[in-house]
Amino acid sequence: MELRSRIPSGPIESKWDTHRFEMKLVNPANKRKFTVIVVGTGLAGGSAAATLSELGYNVLCFSFHDSPRRAHSIAAQGGINAAKNYQNDGDSVYRLFYDTVKGGDFRSREANVYRLAQISVNIIDQCVAQGVPFAREYGGLLANRSFGGAQVSRTFYARGQTGQQLLLGAYQALEKEIARGGVKMVTHTEMLDVVLVDGKARGIITRDLRTGAVEAYAADAVVLATGGYGNAFYLSTNAKNSNATAIWRAHKRGAAFANPCFTQIHPTCIPVSGDYQSKLTLMSESLRNDGRVWVPKKAGDKRPPGEIPEAERDYYLERKYPSFGNLSPRDISSRAAKEVCDEGRGVGETGRGVYLDFADAIRRLGEDKIRERYGNLFEMYERITNENPYRVPMRIYPAVHYTMGGLWVDYNLMSTVPGLHVLGEANFSDHGANRLGASALMQGLADGYFIIPYTIGDYLANAKLEKVSTDRPEFVAAKAGIESMTKRLLGINGKRTVDAFHRELGALLWEDCGMARNAAGLQRALARIPEIREEFWQNVNVPGSDRELNQALEKAGRVADFLEFAELMCTDALHRDESCGGHFREEHQTPDGEALRDDERFAYVAAWEYCGVGNAPRLVKEPLLFENVPLSQRSYK
Amino acid sequence: MALSPTMRFTLRIWRQKSADTPGKLVQYDAPDVNPDMSFLEMLDVVNERLTERGEEPVAFAHDCREGICGTCSLMINGVAHGPVRGAATCQVHMRSFTDGQTIDIEPWRAQAFPIIKDLMVDRAALDRIIQAGGFISAPTGSAPDANAIPIPKQDVDDAMDAAACIGCGACVAACPNASASLFTAAKVSHLGLLPQGQPERNRRVTRMVEQMDLEGFGGCTLFGECQEACPKLISIDVIARMNRDYFKATMSAREESKPSAGSG
Repeated sequence: MELRSRIPSGPIESKWDTHRFEMKLVNPANKRKFTVIVVGTGLAGGSAAATLSELGYNVLCFSFHDSPRRAHSIAAQGGINAAKNYQNDGDSVYRLFYDTVKGGDFRSREANVYRLAQISVNIIDQCVAQGVPFAREYGGLLANRSFGGAQVSRTFYARGQTGQQLLLGAYQALEKEIARGGVKMVTHTEMLDVVLVDGKARGIITRDLRTGAVEAYAADAVVLATGGYGNAFYLSTNAKNSNATAIWRAHKRGAAFANPCFTQIHPTCIPVSGDYQSKLTLMSESLRNDGRVWVPKKAGDKRPPGEIPEAERDYYLERKYPSFGNLSPRDISSRAAKEVCDEGRGVGETGRGVYLDFADAIRRLGEDKIRERYGNLFEMYERITNENPYRVPMRIYPAVHYTMGGLWVDYNLMSTVPGLHVLGEANFSDHGANRLGASALMQGLADGYFIIPYTIGDYLANAKLEKVSTDRPEFVAAKAGIESMTKRLLGINGKRTVDAFHRELGALLWEDCGMARNAAGLQRALARIPEIREEFWQNVNVPGSDRELNQALEKAGRVADFLEFAELMCTDALHRDESCGGHFREEHQTPDGEALRDDERFAYVAAWEYCGVGNAPRLVKEPLLFENVPLSQRSYK
Repeated sequence: MALSPTMRFTLRIWRQKSADTPGKLVQYDAPDVNPDMSFLEMLDVVNERLTERGEEPVAFAHDCREGICGTCSLMINGVAHGPVRGAATCQVHMRSFTDGQTIDIEPWRAQAFPIIKDLMVDRAALDRIIQAGGFISAPTGSAPDANAIPIPKQDVDDAMDAAACIGCGACVAACPNASASLFTAAKVSHLGLLPQGQPERNRRVTRMVEQMDLEGFGGCTLFGECQEACPKLISIDVIARMNRDYFKATMSAREESKPSAGSG
């Protein structure tokens, strides 16, 4: 396997323009002769499918949801960044580029990030034209807020539902194209394999989730926009059905997987309340502007918070990071919370939680002011926990919520399998080792609206593709493979449910490959994962049949993949013997507990090639060059 | 903090193998329910036990579990999304029920929402209403600068109130006529309130209303049950706006179809 990043030459400001001119075009009359498969209908997939259809391609679009309006992009709250500089506060394309490279702790590709910053301004124009109701000022112009510690206000938002409104914009454009006949939409259908003909991606195998029918679809190119792998941890802020099956099975067909150990853990989520917990809910980080984080000084102190006197509280963020205090960065705050809970000082029934206390802010500003700032968040918290945060401190704990790693792609968003393109959270390209707030929506839409429509044309114009039909042996064999895997899962008739295995895997990954990792823990996980996988294939209980809607069977396939993927994630985390961004190796930290990078040895993308279940994957490195943003230590002083 | 006491419920859940087989309510016992569980987590536990006993788990639709994706869709004791106002099924917790209570759990009931299995229904009719005109035609790349057209804040705020719809179909399930008027009107209002939505305004409302009828949804008689059931509390004011737009659109279509009556 060879990695060719295809980064255009020339100064960073003109790379994308030059590339757009150099790419081949498909003439309008020929576009309708090409069929493109798009898998996934979140921001990236929905926007790609709609735009490719507008250009004249035939699009076959797949979603496992019952409607293309439900993908988890919809849950993004905060906003979307764009270098519009409407606030006249010093923002520019270059500044957004710079912030994103630095925020990613120098593990992303400069050229991709610069293009993302350039395109960000077009995204806002496009969304407004579609009717996305972004917040506005009284003068009728667009409002912005600052976000994620940026020094400029560049975040556009629609109340706390920015992801929903952007997704509905893409969904409506997609429905328009479905009505026009340019897109054939296949809902409630899950992709289970990619089919290669002569080494190129030429189709997919799917399962109709209602009837169980396994089907083959052929095309000229395949686009995966199927999201991240955060649910490997079982508990995350992802939707329940989010999974890594599409990208994992593409990986098994030859697509390199890049930086799988880069996961982002968000510090302010509502803690786990019991064994039955099915998912975690994120609370906006803005709460830390006024809340003070603390735990009791004494381990095992079970008194209610109000009965713990000031002198017996440990405001540990303020104590350890006096300059940033409660506003310390996401990764630092998350790790500090884990540390105090590990010491037995966590709060709540499970002991995995810390207080976020607004009492001082309420005393200082009054309850009305706090209600004005955070009313909707306080309400959401109370609905879930049944506790009134105006009276008792909130309890929060970190949770997995985004994955920066994903399938390796070149500058054209094509994976190491020719014709297989990967967009959005499913690829690895733009966020390095840590994603900044309000950047996920930006990347999904940049990929879908403004990058793939150009780059896929270049691929199709150059590829010299013969027509293929699903009668070919490659399709027949792939379909048979899926059918036999299904039979195998249904035939085990073991004692444990799919969820029981998933929970066990999740707890293991959270412990050993979560907020903080070390060699011993990762080796332990790497020894344990194959055992869980082995037991899964001996002892899982998947009821029902394959000829009907069968949610247990759906989950079983996804968990089987997580059980393989988890090994790669831990392998990558063990090999990356440095700390960077969300990947914190306890062995490598500054005296202040900050991530200590090792640029000499690790300034590269780790792309892994699949070598069979249980076999060590092969590592291929893509060196990262920083020609514009000088490598430096992130500092929060 | 003391461990929460557990609760016990008798569930009567609608079981139906497929659209063409008859269904019935089946009784299940749910002991050891933690009041802090969400309603769907309670069903997860029921399903784990059914699986362990070798029975088939109950099929129900769900995904984000934070009230925004619109996938979950349960009729709980005859109320769409259950007893909590302004919340989707996934945001309802067991503490909202009384220990020992019997809880009936059924799917959305409407002719336009055929049952898929157990508690899951097919809501593709809602997508087809959007396909009929619930969009602004703005092909990618054609947009002017985002600040080129100022929009009064109030208009955008009103549009956002309507745009908050999560497409769950609770309005249809709650309506005695199984009308999709709140859903359709929310989209008509969202786009009709914005300057970008004006060129297609008449065509949009006409086509969407016609599609709604074609799908077999009932007519709106302004009972108002829909706004009570709506997890985003969208007001039936949007229906008044849709009716006005529809009337105007049909009138102007009539005007346009008349032979020109100019003096020339």
